[in-house]
Amino acid sequence: MARRDGSLTAGNAALALIGLVAGGAAAGLFLAGLADPAGAIDAFDARLAGVIGFTALQALLSTTLSVGLAAPLALALNRHAEFPGRALLLRLFALPMALPAIVAALAVLALFGRAGLLAAIWPAMGGGEWPGVYGLPGILIAHVFFNLPLATRLLLAALSSAPANHYRLAAQLGMGEASVFRFVEWPVLRAALPGVAMLVLMLCLTSFTIVLLIGGGPAATTLEVEIYQALRFDFDPARAGALVLAQVALTGLVAAFAGAREYRAGNSAAMSRRPARRPPAAFAIADAGFIAAAALFVIAPLAAMAASGAHADFGRLAGEASVRRALATSLGLGALAGLIAVAAALALASARKTLADRAAPSAAVYGRAAMLILVVPGAALGAGWFLLVNRFADPGQFAIPVVVAVNAVMATPFAFNVLRPVHDSGRDRHDRLCAGLGIAGWNRYRLVDGPMLVRPLASAFAFAFALSLGDLGVIALFGSDAIQTLPWLTLTRMGDYRVDDAAGLALILGFVALAAMALSDRLARSENP
Amino acid sequence: MTTTAIRLENIVLERPGGFRFVADLAIPSGARVALMGASGSGKSTLLDLVAGFETPDSGRVCLIGVDMTAASPAARPVAMLFQQDNLFGHLDAFANAGLGRSPGLRLSATDRADVMAALARVGLAGKEKRLPAQLSGGERQRVAIARILLGGKPALLLDEPFASLGPALGREMTALVAEIAAARAMTVLLVTHDPDEALGFAERTLFLDGGRIVADGPTREVLVDAPADIVRRYLHGH
Amino acid sequence: MRSVLPIPFLAVVLAAPAGAAETLTIYTYDGFTAEWGPGPPIEKAFEAECGCDLVFSTAVDGVALLNRLKIEGERAKADIVLGLDTGLIADARETGLFTPHGVDDTMVKTPGGFADDMFIAFDYGHFAVVYDTQKLAAPPKSLKELVEGDPAEKIILEDPRTSTPGLGLVLWMKAVYGDKAGEAWARLKDRVLTVAPGWSEAYGLFTKGEAPMVLSYTTSPAYHVIAEKSERYKAAAFTEGHYLQVEVAGMTGKGAENPLARQFLTFMTGPGFQDVIPETNWMFPAGKTAKPLDPAFEALVKPEKTFLIAPEDVAANRKAWVDEWLAAMGR
Repeated sequence: MARRDGSLTAGNAALALIGLVAGGAAAGLFLAGLADPAGAIDAFDARLAGVIGFTALQALLSTTLSVGLAAPLALALNRHAEFPGRALLLRLFALPMALPAIVAALAVLALFGRAGLLAAIWPAMGGGEWPGVYGLPGILIAHVFFNLPLATRLLLAALSSAPANHYRLAAQLGMGEASVFRFVEWPVLRAALPGVAMLVLMLCLTSFTIVLLIGGGPAATTLEVEIYQALRFDFDPARAGALVLAQVALTGLVAAFAGAREYRAGNSAAMSRRPARRPPAAFAIADAGFIAAAALFVIAPLAAMAASGAHADFGRLAGEASVRRALATSLGLGALAGLIAVAAALALASARKTLADRAAPSAAVYGRAAMLILVVPGAALGAGWFLLVNRFADPGQFAIPVVVAVNAVMATPFAFNVLRPVHDSGRDRHDRLCAGLGIAGWNRYRLVDGPMLVRPLASAFAFAFALSLGDLGVIALFGSDAIQTLPWLTLTRMGDYRVDDAAGLALILGFVALAAMALSDRLARSENP
Repeated sequence: MTTTAIRLENIVLERPGGFRFVADLAIPSGARVALMGASGSGKSTLLDLVAGFETPDSGRVCLIGVDMTAASPAARPVAMLFQQDNLFGHLDAFANAGLGRSPGLRLSATDRADVMAALARVGLAGKEKRLPAQLSGGERQRVAIARILLGGKPALLLDEPFASLGPALGREMTALVAEIAAARAMTVLLVTHDPDEALGFAERTLFLDGGRIVADGPTREVLVDAPADIVRRYLHGH
Repeated sequence: MRSVLPIPFLAVVLAAPAGAAETLTIYTYDGFTAEWGPGPPIEKAFEAECGCDLVFSTAVDGVALLNRLKIEGERAKADIVLGLDTGLIADARETGLFTPHGVDDTMVKTPGGFADDMFIAFDYGHFAVVYDTQKLAAPPKSLKELVEGDPAEKIILEDPRTSTPGLGLVLWMKAVYGDKAGEAWARLKDRVLTVAPGWSEAYGLFTKGEAPMVLSYTTSPAYHVIAEKSERYKAAAFTEGHYLQVEVAGMTGKGAENPLARQFLTFMTGPGFQDVIPETNWMFPAGKTAKPLDPAFEALVKPEKTFLIAPEDVAANRKAWVDEWLAAMGR
């Protein structure tokens, strides 16, 4: 029992960190809002109902499309564990979320925009002038570009946590693809889907640049836009705080309806290899087509981004002090925030599993409730903390810890989703054995869980690292002299007409994220042959 | 007339990292053979080659006289009992056993009766609706044995299936398998670390080391009467 | 012993403010201090003149700058705040942090004139529709033509809720159409490809070729001519006139006690500062320059008429006018 209580302590510490980041920001907004609380009530006018409606509509549609396509894609990739380019494809799948939203949006438009590839070939196909994808279709396409790769990777990780012997058994019993899905894959998928869907939903709720840029006009206004406006142009902390609460409540409502189901892997200690699958030809062809289409959908915009980045004068960029400083800052921030995020995610996963095994309802607090932090905009967290710290001290001196903590906390849900399936099945397999042998606490992590979790831990770290490279919201008020990252520099160059520089910096950003993914893959392989 | 159930013909299999497995072997129909050897000696590789989870780089795998080197695991006349994860956690005992009859779980009335009978045969009457989590370790393996009964394959591969059950229960389960195998004239390959289990179960024992079969003969001869140096070291440490 | 100890301590305390007087702290926006922005050469020039240390502290843009001031209040370290624009002046004045500068700003010239006891203009530009000559042969010649033109020829706008140019166009429309602005917006709506959150995003889309027109500045073409040697992008001259954006700097109460603050404001109106502005900030210098502007600037659209709604009126009506825009465009 010592270990289980230990896991709860660690989980509580992780919750406390998230609570501290959210609570501090809330306190800052609340205390400032007290001075002029009228805005909080004003926020809920008739127009807001329409805004909430559109917010929910686009987020639900985006999530359904992203996850609805990611699930069959993950299954197709799971059926074909070895084909040339598979590892590279999965690494590329980690890129979109590491990019600043504007870079990713421009990349998507390079394919679907009025000056994009489709616009060039559409008339030749007899389609007349390509109208572009502005409006809801464009928002959905951009959100799928962002979230399909993410959801696919997370679901694939869940599928790989199913016991290898189940795949062997399926092969031996001669199960058709439908039966393998029903008996082997669906149970793990079913357990992972709600968490992944929630994550994607939150990202779609809070995506702001994409909604405004591709939305076509203010009819496409989301709560996030209103929060941003309240924080910036109106500078009305009370109103911003009330809107953030509305966003959290909206998400919480969805979370309450998305039921989770526990998956129990049994108590296997077997580390047997999964047999190669041999899907029937029709499946193989369909899978190949589907994987190729998805790969094209994700890679074509990335290629367009790379192509426009290739114009940049990298020699000059590399020589610039500001570029080198921003690169170093991004790497340091990503590494630090990534480490904290992975530690917090592991602690949360462990506490959640302990409570879920006891069928305690509080397990959900350590799972999806902790993810709610994602719907609090980074700008609101940053502003809240700025307001709070300002009551006692010069906020500039606290910029770095606040930025690190906020990035870490925002990356934790991603790391959590990467870790949870493997962590849980490992616990199912080893709990009794370890109890019998008296292996507990740190020894257990060192000897049992650690070695099993090396791959997902490395992957979770790469995710959190890549994500922390891209966040911009936090520094809105703290000022960029406190912390200048690559994404910030990219935007500054864009704001200074230097489009080529910005494209080049975005490319560097992509390479850094890709390198992190490749490195984590290599690390996982060498530690766990 | 005795036919050859399992024939490994000039098998060579190489794995990255320097592991090389070679075998040339014939096992007659109805034989009960124990596979022994240290971890990494190639016992599981041999089972995987027979089951179709591994394909040799060269050589042929013939089962009941048919070349099945490239056949899928399901097409082969063998069933396998693993040490763990033999059951699907979300399916009850009845469904888990029923998969042996229909991999899509489409069971006719006759099939359903057969499943009930098979579960009764392994001593699980009345526990058909239990989920694996509600069964003991031994009971879970009994469900898997019932599934093998229903599959009706003539050869059975056992990869230390009872190692985690404790000596008494392990012996009991081995006896159950022996009984069923005898009744159905099944060919059985049993991987074990326990010489007593081999002596009690198998008339023939193969001893593997470094990816090759280094001793092959009647169990008592291989393990007790005339053990090779390497077998003695494995069994007695000197 | 007791009488000795405090002496060095006291010396440190007294020395500290004396040392601080050698430092001038300026709050400004990111773009100003960027590697190619006006900040670095201006810092160098002023430090050579004053023999002091000029420290920039930045916020992401003018709006964030004002917010930061509002939050920090008396805690703000700024002696000077540089980079607010005419739309923000009323709010800035209301913070009570600024003090009349008392600097002679008679040589500072902006179209229509801008004089204020607390804020001094340092550069200006007119909002304009910039178009791609390769895609648009006949650009609109007036705001009216823009509003009533072919909906197939699209324009990219910025959102007035999140960006300065976006708000600029709302004011421009208000200045030209008055009470009929809502109808004009409704008419323009079909021509609008999309509304970007900020200038960078809008201009990025435009240069990618997504639309032949974008809301930007009359000075935008100068960048393409000087830095890229390209004549491709031009600003459209509108017969009604153009709305003006003036960027200003002000001195805080804290700055009033630092002699360097007034020295800087004076420096700001002269060539050491003004010469740098055109080709780093891509705006027109408001003060005296020592050398003539690059010919590219001379070739730019020179609005015959300038609109500028008084800061107080903007502050009082902004929400209503943005709501009018929302109602017309959001349908």
